[in-house]
Amino acid sequence: MLDTTREVEVPEGITLSLPVASLVSRSLAFLIDQVISWLLIFVAIQIFQFLGRFGDGMILISIFVIQWFYPVLFEVFYNGQTLGKKVVGVMVINDDGTPIDWSSSIVRNLLRVADFLPFFYAFGFISMMFSRDFKRLGDFAAGTLVVHKMEQIEKDQKIALDGLAPKVPLTLEEQSAIIGFAERTSRMSNSRVNELAGYLGPWLDQEKIKQGAESSAVQLTRIAKWLRGHA
Amino acid sequence: MRQEEFEQRYQPEWKAFQDSIEIAEKFSRRRGDNQKVLDGFAEHYRQVCYCLALARERQYSPYLIQKLETLVFRGHQIFYQKRLGIFKRIYQFIVFGLPNAVREQATFVWIATALFYLPGLIVFAIVLVFPELVYAVVDPDMVSNIESMYDPTADRLGRERQSDTDFMMFGHYIRNNIGIAFQSFAGGIIGTLGTQFFLIYNGVFFGAIDAHIINIGYQETFYGFVAGHSSYELTGIVLSGAAGLQLGWAVIAPGQFSRKQALINAGKRGMVLMYGAIFLLLIAAFVEAFWSSISSVPPTTKYWVGGAGWLIVILYFTLLGRGRRV
Repeated sequence: MLDTTREVEVPEGITLSLPVASLVSRSLAFLIDQVISWLLIFVAIQIFQFLGRFGDGMILISIFVIQWFYPVLFEVFYNGQTLGKKVVGVMVINDDGTPIDWSSSIVRNLLRVADFLPFFYAFGFISMMFSRDFKRLGDFAAGTLVVHKMEQIEKDQKIALDGLAPKVPLTLEEQSAIIGFAERTSRMSNSRVNELAGYLGPWLDQEKIKQGAESSAVQLTRIAKWLRGHA
Repeated sequence: MRQEEFEQRYQPEWKAFQDSIEIAEKFSRRRGDNQKVLDGFAEHYRQVCYCLALARERQYSPYLIQKLETLVFRGHQIFYQKRLGIFKRIYQFIVFGLPNAVREQATFVWIATALFYLPGLIVFAIVLVFPELVYAVVDPDMVSNIESMYDPTADRLGRERQSDTDFMMFGHYIRNNIGIAFQSFAGGIIGTLGTQFFLIYNGVFFGAIDAHIINIGYQETFYGFVAGHSSYELTGIVLSGAAGLQLGWAVIAPGQFSRKQALINAGKRGMVLMYGAIFLLLIAAFVEAFWSSISSVPPTTKYWVGGAGWLIVILYFTLLGRGRRV
């Protein structure tokens, strides 16, 4: 499979396939976080500017804390997600799939400085392009991984068609192919859909098709629904 | 077992498990929620793992496998989270964690010390003999700026700052000094080069300025000012340097580990020194802002306090926490 997943074996003896987040989603999350920290700094300045020299001190401390610890605090206390990561739907975890802790989070965020070198995240970019899991230098030193947050999928209740059990047991790969086909039919022309479905014609329930009750494509879509869990 | 039967058989357990996960993931928890999460969590978690393994083995539909995988992942995140207990850990860190770590990593600490102090001492000696060479090391504007800061003939009232100004300087020192320490640590990952540059550059800068101050005869104001916080600040710089060197050394010579694993290990050990550096630099910022700036205290007192600071730092790192482990 070409998917960028990282297999992690957990103590319960099973493997988790974690969908690793790519450069694009990570950059997007970074940009959002950047804007948010500027806003936070702006707010801090607005609040403290009326307190004279004491306020100036508070502003400097706020800038320090926001600059260095905004991502750390969010990653540790907010399920591994900064606000930008939340919007994009990615999260940081340790290499072994456990939630991120203080040390790892601080290491990976302090090392942003090294990733930034020699100009605008060049090292981080190179490191991400050459590593299997899109890791920047900070991720290597902290032993962390940025993955897409897996959303709990639920059965779709609004169905026009009934599910249909396939006549023969299918391997996972065959099942994925059929589901993939069903998900893409709306983006393909009808003739293309029928052409692709036609290849599987001999393998489908011919009786129904011959009766003209339904086309191969519709039957495949019903099988896909069943495979996805619609009984 | 057909997939439908399988789903019907276990659905209640999965639902219960998902419910307790959702409670545990919530940021704000009500009283009694924790007990709801704890009840049967481990059993449910193992059960879902078992179901996932079965579903994969029997090649059930991707929908089911993905659903169970997500459940297992979320449960795993909760089951293996670390206890924070932050105040106890800070206490343990100060009482024996940090001094033990510094002694364990003495090699890196001594190398960082040498990289920081030796070039500084050499430049100090050179500038004492050839005063005009200070301009070769430090920017002339900076030199005149520092001269005016420590000019003993300047208006004394002008240097006596209000206490709210002290707080502003406190903020400034925190942002500036700790920020530099962070950069020195991070720069270490390029095969220690960034850290070396930082240590030598700062050592040379301090050496040149020290010698220049003596050359123009401003010792009393200058040393009176820096004595109080010097022990904490200079040691903090050395510790952040040691952490950076450790990181870079893992890249150069990973030893028995893969480079990746060596880097992770070095990051963990280095972080302990970095916490120490932050701790010392916070003390330094505090002392510098609220004690060193008081000009009404005679220099002799300040020298004594400064000397006591050095004694405390040395005793802290040599004596405290021996034989104690987390």
